[in-house]
Amino acid sequence: MTQQSVQEVKNTTCYMCACRCGIRVHLRDGEVRYIDGNPDHPLNKGVICAKGSSGIMKQYSPARLTQPLRRKAGAERGAGEFEPISWEETFTILTERLGKIRATDPKKFALFTGRDQMQALTGMFARQFGTPNYAAHGGFCSVNMAAGMIYTIGGSFWEFGGPDLDRAKLFVMIGTAEDHHSNPMKMALSKFKRDGGRFVSINPVRTGYSAIADEWVPIRPGTDGAFLLAVIHEIIQKGLYDRDFLVQYSNAGELVNVNETSDEFGMFLRTEVPEEEACYDPQDKLWWDRTTNQPVVTHAEGADPFLLGEFKMKDGTPVKPSFQLLLERVKDYTPEWAEGVTGIPADTIRRLAYEMGVTARDQRIELPIAWTDSWGKEHDTVTGNPVAFHAMRGLAAHSNGFQSIRALAILMSLLGTIDRPGGFRHKVPFPRPIPPCARPPNHPNAVQPNKPLDGMALGWPADPDDLFVDENGGPVRIDKGFSWEYPLSVHGLMHNAITNAWRGDPYKIDTLLIFMANMAWNSTMNAVEVRKMLNDKDENGEYKIPFIVVADAFQSEMTAFADLILPDTTYLERHDVMSLLDRPISEFDGPVDSVRIPVLPPTGQCKPFQEVLIELGSRLKLPAFTTKDGQRKYRDYPDFIVNYETEPGSGIGFLAGWRGRGGEKSLRGEPNPNQWEMYAKNNCVFHHELPKSYQYMRNWNQGYLEWSQRNRITRYAEPILINIYSEVLMRFRQAAQGKGFSRKPPAHLAKRVETFFDPLPFYYDTLEAQATDKHQYPLAAITQRPMAMYHSWDSQNAWLRQIHAHNLLYVNAHTARVQGIEDGDWIWVESQWGKVKCMAKHSEAVEPGTVWTWNAIGKAAGAWGLTPDANESQKGFLLNHLISEELPACERGVDRRVSNSDPITGQAAWYDVRVKIYKVGAGETAVTEPQFPPLKPYPGQVERKSIWNYFAGKKGGKQ
Amino acid sequence: MTQLALVIDLNVCVGCHACVTNCKEWNTSGPAGPMVDQNPYDKDPTGTFFNRVQTFEVGEFPNTETVHFPKSCLHCEEPPCVPVCPTGASYKRKEDGIVLVDYDKCIGCKYCSWACPYGAREIDEHQRVMKKCTLCVDRIYDTTMTADERRPACVRACPTSARLFGDIHDPDSEVSKAIRENGGYALMPEWGTQPANHYLPRRKTNIRIREDELERADNPLKIDSQLPKPGKAEPSLDDVTSW
Repeated sequence: MTQQSVQEVKNTTCYMCACRCGIRVHLRDGEVRYIDGNPDHPLNKGVICAKGSSGIMKQYSPARLTQPLRRKAGAERGAGEFEPISWEETFTILTERLGKIRATDPKKFALFTGRDQMQALTGMFARQFGTPNYAAHGGFCSVNMAAGMIYTIGGSFWEFGGPDLDRAKLFVMIGTAEDHHSNPMKMALSKFKRDGGRFVSINPVRTGYSAIADEWVPIRPGTDGAFLLAVIHEIIQKGLYDRDFLVQYSNAGELVNVNETSDEFGMFLRTEVPEEEACYDPQDKLWWDRTTNQPVVTHAEGADPFLLGEFKMKDGTPVKPSFQLLLERVKDYTPEWAEGVTGIPADTIRRLAYEMGVTARDQRIELPIAWTDSWGKEHDTVTGNPVAFHAMRGLAAHSNGFQSIRALAILMSLLGTIDRPGGFRHKVPFPRPIPPCARPPNHPNAVQPNKPLDGMALGWPADPDDLFVDENGGPVRIDKGFSWEYPLSVHGLMHNAITNAWRGDPYKIDTLLIFMANMAWNSTMNAVEVRKMLNDKDENGEYKIPFIVVADAFQSEMTAFADLILPDTTYLERHDVMSLLDRPISEFDGPVDSVRIPVLPPTGQCKPFQEVLIELGSRLKLPAFTTKDGQRKYRDYPDFIVNYETEPGSGIGFLAGWRGRGGEKSLRGEPNPNQWEMYAKNNCVFHHELPKSYQYMRNWNQGYLEWSQRNRITRYAEPILINIYSEVLMRFRQAAQGKGFSRKPPAHLAKRVETFFDPLPFYYDTLEAQATDKHQYPLAAITQRPMAMYHSWDSQNAWLRQIHAHNLLYVNAHTARVQGIEDGDWIWVESQWGKVKCMAKHSEAVEPGTVWTWNAIGKAAGAWGLTPDANESQKGFLLNHLISEELPACERGVDRRVSNSDPITGQAAWYDVRVKIYKVGAGETAVTEPQFPPLKPYPGQVERKSIWNYFAGKKGGKQ
Repeated sequence: MTQLALVIDLNVCVGCHACVTNCKEWNTSGPAGPMVDQNPYDKDPTGTFFNRVQTFEVGEFPNTETVHFPKSCLHCEEPPCVPVCPTGASYKRKEDGIVLVDYDKCIGCKYCSWACPYGAREIDEHQRVMKKCTLCVDRIYDTTMTADERRPACVRACPTSARLFGDIHDPDSEVSKAIRENGGYALMPEWGTQPANHYLPRRKTNIRIREDELERADNPLKIDSQLPKPGKAEPSLDDVTSW
């Protein structure tokens, strides 16, 4: 057993997906012998997933890039012809090029990152540089979920909140959501089921978590909003809403002006003009009091508002409580109507609504936790209604997703489940004001040569004056974020950055820096055309996107298009922070942040992207990275993390744990030179557990809100009322109607804004469906990612690719047979934008109008260190070829094309595409199409093995 | 007599494959390893795994179940792989019932894999020896490890704790209790192999809503709904009756 002796165990944080579990890396003779979950980590408590367990194969993958590379002179982009250069030369090239851009027009530099858990640093770099052209991948992932919920309840799923399955009795999961959270959700789901909870899954496909649901309810893709609105209809009609909760904690009772001729139509009535313009919701609205039968200020002592009815103010203004408007809105959204849209029988919708309503009402939880609300009222207990929901991309990735998610958040509120036991619970730094305080710049002057951007590149518009547009209402950002086309694009629109830059609309850029995003393949819509754009030249023979820099750890489809490749490290070779300034890993009971600490030296010349940014920021003399006398301020990334403060002396930095000179302070405090060591000694994680009385009802919990304010997590301690009715949305609609004093949209966008910025949720067919002949393209096509690869880069992973080496198109068996398609047949799947050849697989676990596949399994030949005849490129396919990044629209001869996105948030509408399928013709090859010229390995990639007996240690793991 | 075994709860297994790769990761660098991967970056990659998850559908749409089914050596009490082994490489340990292969004696003849009705054995094509699950025999008795660590790698990794480990001959063990109380079953008992590993079936939780639960005296609609009141000036019986 001596060979079993493990020589070293080091703690760090996983990065095989986005979950960020604590891991222990066991090393033998400096090679990775084993990675297991850290039992003392609050997030995963010792468990680990298939990806985390396969980290060894990522570390030693032949797809690893090991040195900076420059495209060979004369070689075409995409051909993958590179030559090694030194880091010094790399930095010289970048400093010179970026320095020139910064001194002339900083917006000609664009930085887009695939991962959004480092954006406190990447966003800061972009802002310091002075460019507004920055975003992470949220815009093409789940921004509808973040925005739809944050604009309604002040918090959202995943990092910022989630279902309290520990106390829930009924759990409803809608759409694919296996990735956010991964391990914590699996742990909670299992415990929930064993405790006797009932799990209902509403999803076109039964895979993943849905497999263990007590009931699977198949639904047509993109119709979730119709289902949710019908459930709301039933909940209200049967009186199953939590009236007390709505009255106290939402704007359900607030009176809305319903005089259509008034400029104030659709706005709340107010007692007075607020004293200060600030990002909180002043308590100056009115209720119609039932006792005195007259209008009173909300939450007035002894008052109880009517939630229903119509009233007249003294001046004759007709008003209605917003709950009355909701009731009117859902009047025609009957279960029978929804059956026709969703495919779910009306009786099932009704039954599910009753299950939710009766469980919420009759199984109330009461915890002996005293707390004080924002109005000073003391409560002896915290109560809760045990119905929990979860949803992510399945709901989000549709062009009607924002309003569907508003409907979900409203349903959760009607049931009285917000930040209460058994329902939805927030995680610090949420809840935040609706919307949160950060605003994007609102004028092109925010971009100035040699100056940081005047504002946050990404923020939360509260009204049209917050939009980042020019005098004509045109976009300032390259992705047209925060413009009238997508006003609430709070995560940007990375999916349109390349197309817009290529077209020069709204302008041309010079340098595009992409970090960890495969924008020439699975992270882009319309991959075939986008690849051409990356390689397209103007009439002078110059590339339309003049300079492309890609930072990644692996040889990918995207790196092939780079002019300069910056080899990143793996997660085992770097320092990193999961920061409260970013997207932390907080728990329901309090804030949590964590770190990565290198357990292995960098491979070859790999350099963490964080170090690249610190180096570049220093060389470019960006203010945050430079001392007053113009010297470099931070030695390296670890030095930066310890010493950076948001403002001098603010005591707020990237890490919240062990602050203060000796590590004696939490959340706020002076920089601690030994902070990294203290994290290392404490499992790489800082967990601050809040007092029980601060753990619930946080939107309106005086103690919590004041704690949050004292620790500078939020600026204000005002209550955050749930927006059943969204006045924020109404302000945009009002502007589109030509009313009010704020900016007005350009004429051609007025109708669009007026239609979609409805202050109450409504259902509409997805924009792509509206632009598609459904008889010609009768099927919806969607993707999911398998749990062994969710949120990962692991097609090159020798173990994981044995689980999924190629993907198939799953077709309902009946649907397939009607078309004469047998199990395993090669077929064409075709949308109005493109077609792909693939293999069909009969399935009984998919609704008849849907086809689906595992996403991001298919690869271009030769990419990811695989041989050109690997299954991934010969049998595996990419559905992205069928999905357009834009929807065409022509108005009186003027090109009015818009992003294929939600018109409110710019969320990429991946799941809207409509297709037809048919058998391949006789004589067509059994190989997927489209095909691309195979990539060759780059200089510095290690040789691929044809047989690998991995055994860590001197016997030769790497041999 | 002790019989160690895994009990796998299909009611909570979501098919994430954590057990599959954690097993591989632990064992490839241990006494049972290395576990070869052939064509790791090429066409048709294949390798040795001691544990795999099969996924299949049961029933017809919309009454479909999707089942994730992890499978490894079942450590049969009457293992058919043992008597067929010509060299004595395949053996069952008396002290804990674990079925093991002695690589030094194995000649890779595959008799055992033909005899195994469960397809649980995997030939290492490179080393030409038969390999299979050892129940992490190199972990569970390693006293340098903590009690928590002295469990099979797959059991520790499993995010849904769908994998239970223990002695099925001890009636008071967690695994015996789980089998007894949840309808645990063995695979293909008709073969008489008496597999030690067991599976727990899917269990459904339903909610029954009775009609009278929808009718409540405290229905909030009664508070908010204002019944329409007739105008005072409208005709009434009061106006026309005089007795």
